[in-house]
Amino acid sequence: MDLNPRFRFEGFVVGASNRLAATAARTVAESPASAYNPLFIYAKSGLGKTHLLQAIGFLALERESTLRVEYLTLEEFVERYQAAVAAGQIEAFRRSALETDVLLLDDVQFLAEHREMQAELLRLTEALQAAERQVVLTCDRPPGEIADLDERLVSRLSGGLLVDIAAPDFETRLAILHRKVTERGVEMPPGVLETVAEVGASNVRELIGYVNRLIAFQAVGGGSLTPEAARALLTDGLPVPPVAPGPEPRPSAPARPVPVEPDEFSAFVSAISTTVAQTVEAWRSRVGEAVLRWQGEGYRTHHLEQLLFSEEIPDIAGELAQFAARVEELRRLAGEAAAFDPAAAGHACFRDPDQVEEARAFTARVKEGVEPPPSPSRGLSFAEFIQGAASDTAVRAAHAVVEDPGRRFNPLYITGPSGTGKTHLLNAVGNELVAGRPGAIIACLSAQTFTDELVQAIDAGRIEWWRRRFRRADALLLDDVQLLAGRDATQEELFNLFNAFTDAGKQLAFTSDRLPTQLSGVAPRLTTRFEGGLVVELAPPDRTTRGVMVRRLLAARNVAAEDDAVEYLAARPADSARAVQGLVNRALARMDPSSETLTVHAARLAVEGRSQRPSQMQAISATVPAGLDPVIGSREKVVWDWPGAADRLIEELR
Amino acid sequence: MSLVNFTTREITCKIVYYGPGRSGKTTNLQYVYSQVPADRKGRMVSLATQTDRTLFFDFLPLDLGTISGFATKFQLYTVPGQVYYNATRKLVLNGADGVVFVADSQVRQLDENIESLQNLQANILEHGVDARTLPMVLQFNKQDLPSELILSAEELDEALNFRNLQTFPADALHGVGVFETLKGVAAEVLRRLSQGGSGARRM
Repeated sequence: MDLNPRFRFEGFVVGASNRLAATAARTVAESPASAYNPLFIYAKSGLGKTHLLQAIGFLALERESTLRVEYLTLEEFVERYQAAVAAGQIEAFRRSALETDVLLLDDVQFLAEHREMQAELLRLTEALQAAERQVVLTCDRPPGEIADLDERLVSRLSGGLLVDIAAPDFETRLAILHRKVTERGVEMPPGVLETVAEVGASNVRELIGYVNRLIAFQAVGGGSLTPEAARALLTDGLPVPPVAPGPEPRPSAPARPVPVEPDEFSAFVSAISTTVAQTVEAWRSRVGEAVLRWQGEGYRTHHLEQLLFSEEIPDIAGELAQFAARVEELRRLAGEAAAFDPAAAGHACFRDPDQVEEARAFTARVKEGVEPPPSPSRGLSFAEFIQGAASDTAVRAAHAVVEDPGRRFNPLYITGPSGTGKTHLLNAVGNELVAGRPGAIIACLSAQTFTDELVQAIDAGRIEWWRRRFRRADALLLDDVQLLAGRDATQEELFNLFNAFTDAGKQLAFTSDRLPTQLSGVAPRLTTRFEGGLVVELAPPDRTTRGVMVRRLLAARNVAAEDDAVEYLAARPADSARAVQGLVNRALARMDPSSETLTVHAARLAVEGRSQRPSQMQAISATVPAGLDPVIGSREKVVWDWPGAADRLIEELR
Repeated sequence: MSLVNFTTREITCKIVYYGPGRSGKTTNLQYVYSQVPADRKGRMVSLATQTDRTLFFDFLPLDLGTISGFATKFQLYTVPGQVYYNATRKLVLNGADGVVFVADSQVRQLDENIESLQNLQANILEHGVDARTLPMVLQFNKQDLPSELILSAEELDEALNFRNLQTFPADALHGVGVFETLKGVAAEVLRRLSQGGSGARRM
């Protein structure tokens, strides 16, 4: 900020009240940073602080024009600092400030309002002092009386010279008046300025104001001014105390302890107003704020608005907490509904805290309408699955999927002849996935059910509902995908689901009685995707596996068996678990009800026919091919008990 | 009836000045009355004996005008300090929103102060009110008397202020501390309102 040329030492009237300050200022100006650093000048408003401060700047520049002199009010200093902070140039600001030779800072009492500046000013003052640069500050009070001023700054500012300027005495006032009149080129009649000086003024500005009024009066009135007229003019016609000593005021009775404020009642009303505003209406403000806040967040605030009309003060904290809790509940319900149906979350009931019950019912309806897809059968677990050499690879792959769903083998494609345990293994994977992540939605169903549900959804116009239902799932396990052949719409949906699941890292698993490449009627975009994961094969159980199966099936029925009987049954050709189960069931049916043990005899009877004679058994055996007939394809479909010729005739006659 | 009526937008506040005889209760009211601007002056009702002692009670209605949209009225009462007027004290105390206990700072009046304070507690209790919940402040009046005759504010605080109430040294005769006391009790009463519905009830 530029220095005002009117503010020089030459124009500063020195009197008893300001001599020390003026001398100190001149000393500082003549030899910056060598005498008093910092110089702190404090005085009430209008006593010449700014004048002295700028005079220091002028004199310092006059003596050494290369000096960098910076005059700033605190407000300007703060503005520069804040601008530098905003521009990210704080370091540049500091560097620039440190290059100042004489820093003149005016009105630092406003530091109380800028606490963040205190640290900055402290840093700057210390740095300037260390660099032997001059700091001069003015204030309307000593540092110790600036509210909330950092102790370190108080100490730092008081560490140089602290000088004050008092109100000017009569002589100083008269000198100032003479100076001002001379500056204006005006002459005053004798005695006028003395009278004005007697009237008194608490500061120099007031005195200058008096001079202005006198000059104006003279200019308008045209006549010369008398001391009495000047006094009357300056005291605004109020009763002027006699200049000559008059009678003494009445002797005071015992002094009253404290003078009473002129309008205590108004002060009291004002204080009560503040208290009423802070207490009686404070709760309304809180409710009002809450109304604005929740409305801003899109919630209805009817309940809170009603509170504002309460005759009694409600339990504000409780009411607001309750409202917030209801909003929280609405948010939770909306989130829950959105998981089922994203569009449902936009329902109006989720925006009205007065209708939490309705929102709850709505959410329930949404959930009801979007039941999770079929889950795996509980009974089909890994523990129940009888693993043998033929199923070893598939089982290990299934375990790997369970351990790292969606990442390791995705999709898992299990193929094998009917009855080899594909469905069992698929459901076992599903159950393990549920066990590993409680709450997970594992869709496990046959391709036929998958298609049927889709058809129903299309019929009912709920195709989106059907899609959401499956997309919610964390894994999709689809059994017998060969049944998708020719189901173009289902394949289309499965294709989309497949992509969505793999994108989301969700596990897919499929079973089929044939390899992906053999899936006729299934679009290549699906079969190639099936092949893209891991294809494992479940082969028919070998003899050892069949033996384990037989023992486990008998144990499940609490039936003991002769080893020979087990061996016999295991040795029977059976290409699937179901075939083994059929053998066991037949053997059990032939068991002697009085016996608790399955004998090889009963087993043979069951397998080889009614005749117990070896010749008969041999005859029957002779009719059964030893190997599996590739045309028949399954032992289950072999007729074991051929009817005799007589029986066949009767059938034909019928 | 509630202290703050949001329907009619009225605040009515009954403050009772309590204390031993000659402690300066009426003087407090007289000073307040003297400061009310002429255009807002109501009538101060004072039923006094011939010797200028309060026989029944003083009543000073103060209409503070409209504050925050509420027509605000303060009703200041004093009770007769003399021991034998307890029935009157109880009656005046009924429905009070706040109490100013005016203690006489003179050393020789300490026992009277204590007795009056106990009497106040007993009367409040009789109204079924927990004294701890009733807004109240203490005024130590006559602090302008020579120091050898009076107890200091600290000493009186030690002797009388076992509820940690706000205290105000005063010279009611000259108005010192009178409005501060009134402001203090009014703030207590109004603050209690903000603490919930129960605060809006009178004793």
